[in-house]
Amino acid sequence: MKALARILLPLMLLATAGWALADDLVAVAGPSGPKLDIGKGGHCVEDPRFMITNHMKLIVHQRDETMRKGIRGGKYSLADCVDCHASKVNHSVLGSNQNFCQGCHAYAAVKIDCFECHSSKPREYRKASHLAAKDVK
Amino acid sequence: MAQNKTFAQIESRYFYALVAFGLLIAAAGLSAAYFMEEHGHVVTGMNNQIVWGVPHVFAIFMIVAASGVLNVAAIGSVFGHAVYKARAPLAGMLSIALLAGGLSVLMLDLGRPDRIIVAATNFNPTSVFAWNLPLYSGLFTLVALYIWTLLERRMNRWIKPVGLAVFTWRIILTTGTGLIFAFLVARQAYGSAILPPMFIVMSFGWGLAVFHVVQSSMYKWNGKTQDPATLNRMKNLLGIFVLGTLFLVAIYHLTNLYFAKQTAFEHFILRDGGIYPGLLWGGYVVFGSLLPLLLIYLPGHGKEKNTVAASLLVILGSFSLLYVFIIGGQAFPLSIFPGYEVSSSFGDGQIASYHPSLPEFLLGFGGLSIAFLITTIGVRVISSLLPHDSHARTQAD
Amino acid sequence: MSDMDQQRRQFLTRGSAAMAGLAIAPGLTLFDFAQARPAGEPASSAVRWGMLIDTTKCESGCNDCVTACSKENGWPEAKTTTDVQWIRKVELKDMRTGRQTSLPMTCQHCAEPPCVEVCPTNASFKRADGIVLVDKHRCIGCRYCMMACPYKARSFVHEPVLDHDSDMPRGQGTVESCTLCVHRVDKGEQPACVEACAKGGHRALLFGDLNDQNSEIYLRIRSVTSIQLRADLGLNPGIAFVGI
Repeated sequence: MKALARILLPLMLLATAGWALADDLVAVAGPSGPKLDIGKGGHCVEDPRFMITNHMKLIVHQRDETMRKGIRGGKYSLADCVDCHASKVNHSVLGSNQNFCQGCHAYAAVKIDCFECHSSKPREYRKASHLAAKDVK
Repeated sequence: MAQNKTFAQIESRYFYALVAFGLLIAAAGLSAAYFMEEHGHVVTGMNNQIVWGVPHVFAIFMIVAASGVLNVAAIGSVFGHAVYKARAPLAGMLSIALLAGGLSVLMLDLGRPDRIIVAATNFNPTSVFAWNLPLYSGLFTLVALYIWTLLERRMNRWIKPVGLAVFTWRIILTTGTGLIFAFLVARQAYGSAILPPMFIVMSFGWGLAVFHVVQSSMYKWNGKTQDPATLNRMKNLLGIFVLGTLFLVAIYHLTNLYFAKQTAFEHFILRDGGIYPGLLWGGYVVFGSLLPLLLIYLPGHGKEKNTVAASLLVILGSFSLLYVFIIGGQAFPLSIFPGYEVSSSFGDGQIASYHPSLPEFLLGFGGLSIAFLITTIGVRVISSLLPHDSHARTQAD
Repeated sequence: MSDMDQQRRQFLTRGSAAMAGLAIAPGLTLFDFAQARPAGEPASSAVRWGMLIDTTKCESGCNDCVTACSKENGWPEAKTTTDVQWIRKVELKDMRTGRQTSLPMTCQHCAEPPCVEVCPTNASFKRADGIVLVDKHRCIGCRYCMMACPYKARSFVHEPVLDHDSDMPRGQGTVESCTLCVHRVDKGEQPACVEACAKGGHRALLFGDLNDQNSEIYLRIRSVTSIQLRADLGLNPGIAFVGI
């Protein structure tokens, strides 16, 4: 019993500390984390700290609304995110660790699945010809 | 009662060699799966006309055999024959091994195998594929439970009810496997109510054939021979199942031939389709059914090696049959415009061609080797899985 | 009944008929003005999108619809058996009479889609307004829907997709098919194939709301003989064909 307490108690304290500090941990990742090319930048749909912790939940919820229910014009549209955050240098959110999505995801070592299917380039940059696709990466 | 010497005491070098070989094939299979996922299915022979290829042939064989091998156990636990009771633990182990192998191949062939969790958490109750998930995982659990009731003396009184549950569950599971095809109303090869019973009888035969091969190998490597009376019974049982399968396959084709709208398809499968009639008649009927029946029933052919040969031929025949069924069934064009001759850029009206590729075969064999590894290692670790027959005699006797 | 009552009766009958006529008349137009659905509003089952294909106006050798679809939705022109084809031209020859026709073949957007029934993850689904789609977020690439489709409408993406379209996400390892240009329809536009066919002067494709009693497709489908493909299967496709 004593041995169990000796293991459990510190673990619980650690967990509580972690939970309390979580916000600060995320904030630390901001200024001392990867330097991102934020694209157009400006005002995001939500507060940046909220977005860092919650953007995945927003995207996941939005995709079902759009895809399955056919609700258009949602606030958390992935295509809108890409339109704003695509780098003005390579017109994409991927491609280097300075690009908006790839930068943080590479830093946090979280694989992004979105761009297997979704365009990582803004709408106005979409190539008219798909036959030249091999040149684009 | 002659106690088995554990495998380890006799042939541990052979054991490690077998495991190394198995790991090699499994690694080849896994690298093929990685290659397919990395580059897409374009590296395989599958295309938009033949969407399920050689991996599915291997996978469905393993899944059907996994369910059928439990028959040996059921005959013991449910129907009370003592000689089969001794073989029940091995049958259970084999079932788990084959199921694991078959499912690995199926899952690794998916276009997005990384999405298995999506499959597990989004359940469409009208889809037989979705039902497969609880059915297969349920079988794993039930068989593990069953093996426990067999090996743990205090649990022996639960053998019969758990054995019955396993037997019922596997019938449902194999029916589900048949229904995968039976529900496809659009294709002339499928969409038939005879498929679930056909799959069940096929499972009886293929499971027993696999069991024969594995059992004989284990007896040999342990320096023992089987009791001829037991062997005879099991051999004859295989004969019955081979005959049963042949009957159902014949009925399936005969019925199809009778319907005018199905005749073109049947002529393709039975006569004009090149590799498909070749595999059906040569691979399945002659080598996979008639020859084993000769080996089983002709007097003077009761020797063990003939039973093993018959079993191996049955397995070969099963691959041929599955190839014709799965791939031949897709090669024949859909009848979208009855009464019209059609052509298009998408293969409408044309027989689809399929050239299986190396990654597909590697994946299939990889699955087989996973089953092999689980059996080999499992039997070594839990030596009580070996049939501890009171009739077994050492070769010295 | 007294004379006065008779007159009143007649007045009321004719009067209400005139009122009804005045009410309906503005809605009766020969052309379908598709309305964009307002943002935030889900697709409604009051609508059923469908197409009427007039094969007598379809030319053998014309590929306008195929080219338009591939440009709109970002799939490359099909060259091999592993290439994707959302729409294809099928050449038909009646074996009894020898008469030849041509028609475009796509997903038929069935009311009882077999692909939706067999999909283990509900990736293949029917939207409330009748459009059958594949939710790529859920598709695991098992290809069971491809086995189940009586029209061979579905294609599997065998290779990595390099040039993504912002409006029509598609990726390797998932299954896809004609979406009835759902991204255009939701904006009040016509599918690309329909637009291209009209632009090319053939006018073989007519798109609209099958439930809208004022729409051109509703009226036309009641005035000409049309069939659904494989009607014997009881799937009630949203696409009908004239001339075969």
